[in-house]
Amino acid sequence: MTTYNNSLTIKIGLFAIVSMLLLIFLFPFYYALITSFKSGSSIFEVSFFPKELSLDNYIAIFDEQPFGRNFLNSLTISIAAGVISLLFGMIAAMPLGRFRFNGQRLILLTVLIVSMFPQVAVLSGMFRLIRALELFNNPMGLVLCYLIFTLPFTVWVLTSFIRNLPVEVEEAAIMDGANPWVLLTKIFFPMMWPAIITTGLLVFVVAWNEFLFAMTFTLSSHQRTIPVAIALINGGSQFEVPWGRIMAASVTVSVPMIALVLIFQRQIVSGLTAGAVKG
Amino acid sequence: MEKRLKSEDKKLSYQKRKGYCAWLLLLPMLVGLLIVAVWPLSYTFFYAFTDASLSTLSNYTFIGFDNFWVNDKGYWYGLVADPLWWHSVWNTIVFAIGSVAIEILLGTIIALVMHTKFIGCSLFRAAMLIPWTIPTVVSAKIWTWMLHDQYGLINYLLIKLRLIANPIAWLADHNFTMLTVILVDSWKTSPFVAMLILAGLQMLPNDCYEAAKVDGIHPIKVFFGITLPLIRPALTVAVLFRLLEALRVFDVVYIMTGNAESTMTMSVYARQNLVDFQDLGYGSAASTMLFIVIFFIIVLCLAMMRADVMKEVR
Repeated sequence: MTTYNNSLTIKIGLFAIVSMLLLIFLFPFYYALITSFKSGSSIFEVSFFPKELSLDNYIAIFDEQPFGRNFLNSLTISIAAGVISLLFGMIAAMPLGRFRFNGQRLILLTVLIVSMFPQVAVLSGMFRLIRALELFNNPMGLVLCYLIFTLPFTVWVLTSFIRNLPVEVEEAAIMDGANPWVLLTKIFFPMMWPAIITTGLLVFVVAWNEFLFAMTFTLSSHQRTIPVAIALINGGSQFEVPWGRIMAASVTVSVPMIALVLIFQRQIVSGLTAGAVKG
Repeated sequence: MEKRLKSEDKKLSYQKRKGYCAWLLLLPMLVGLLIVAVWPLSYTFFYAFTDASLSTLSNYTFIGFDNFWVNDKGYWYGLVADPLWWHSVWNTIVFAIGSVAIEILLGTIIALVMHTKFIGCSLFRAAMLIPWTIPTVVSAKIWTWMLHDQYGLINYLLIKLRLIANPIAWLADHNFTMLTVILVDSWKTSPFVAMLILAGLQMLPNDCYEAAKVDGIHPIKVFFGITLPLIRPALTVAVLFRLLEALRVFDVVYIMTGNAESTMTMSVYARQNLVDFQDLGYGSAASTMLFIVIFFIIVLCLAMMRADVMKEVR
């Protein structure tokens, strides 16, 4: 009887904690959603349920500013950063994960330290680089900047993934006289698909969310990425901040990310733990 | 006998070939890092000793350590003499310690819940990931709206519950701004910390728990006696990782309180000088100082967890 009571209290306690955590972590999104459907002065009244479903704010963000273009910019930049770092990362991760050579430890430490660089520390040098390559106010410049954190991250996660792969297949291939290039393309790449998807996703998320470089290295509203566009939505004065529009933009950006998380939950968790626990 | 020698010879040369090959394969990544990391960082260091401005990048003169400290007619100028710089250093430290402490506490609770099996637990995990995936700009904006002093939900609720009599200006009253920013940052990153701790929890051996169960030990005692000591490595990694991120915090602070002094961190200070004041030299000096501070902390951390990291890096 006591055990039954015990398990019941535990169940109720667990239920209480889970609901409280869900409330704390998800309610802000719900509140943003209902705010985004309000129009006019009703926005200034606190309510917990949607009273109207006005799409004014959504129409306005695409109408009054190039939000669609910003969306496309973010998408292109994030995908490009992901593809480039995956390409370089995969090639580099194989020797780091499998070979033994002098200087290996030094390289891994360098990669680790670069991934921890504070963004501000490279801001002025990066500005110089962007200017020298004439990529200022150009989304391609941002792709280049983002490599500073996506590349070390990719190398690190893929290296730890390769370390955990069984060596038997590789040994068999070596016995059969495969050279490192064949090893890389015929043995490793096919086995690495799960890791590639995970790392690609995480790089995409990080690049999609980046703010400081994007704000500093773009000038015109057409070249901005989504986070910068949202940060710069302003009314006439500080007393007329168009909250409805900001919330509509926030919801628009969040929906694809939430979809990604729900679909790839398992991959993201495994990637995060692989990348960070070992970092 | 001869045959064996020959094959060993071949093995050696294969190892050697592998070494060259390794460097060849590493070349693209190394060149990439040289361009996007080493080169810009060197330029930041370089600019720190010049009077360059953002508008005239190539027009500068060397001024030595003048950006850091300079004595002009008996008064000290420069970064080291600027009280606002030291204020931002202090703010950064307060932010880092406050947010990491809350995140570890909250993260551990979330991780423990995630580690439990219940109906819909995978959905719960996915839901907890959402705040981490959303751009900081977005979450900071949503919270800024909820914390609005006149129309915000938080003040509305607190007044309804009679916890406060008058609305609080969470993002303007300097008694509250730092606390607010810390809490919003914790809201965003606790789930991430939870993931790191969860990874530690999942590696725990089951038999300790079975033994404890057989002996009828109270769950709270089990947590402090078994779980906590065993997940200590995971906790250490989470603390260090988050500490390094918190020390360079920019997005959440800048979006919520702009360049306000009460929450200004080192990154905000450096960016303001670099971009808003166009003072590339002085801003680079601040960035260099920030880098040095963080670099020392990294080295300290690596030395502290040398054993753990080396096992992995080996």
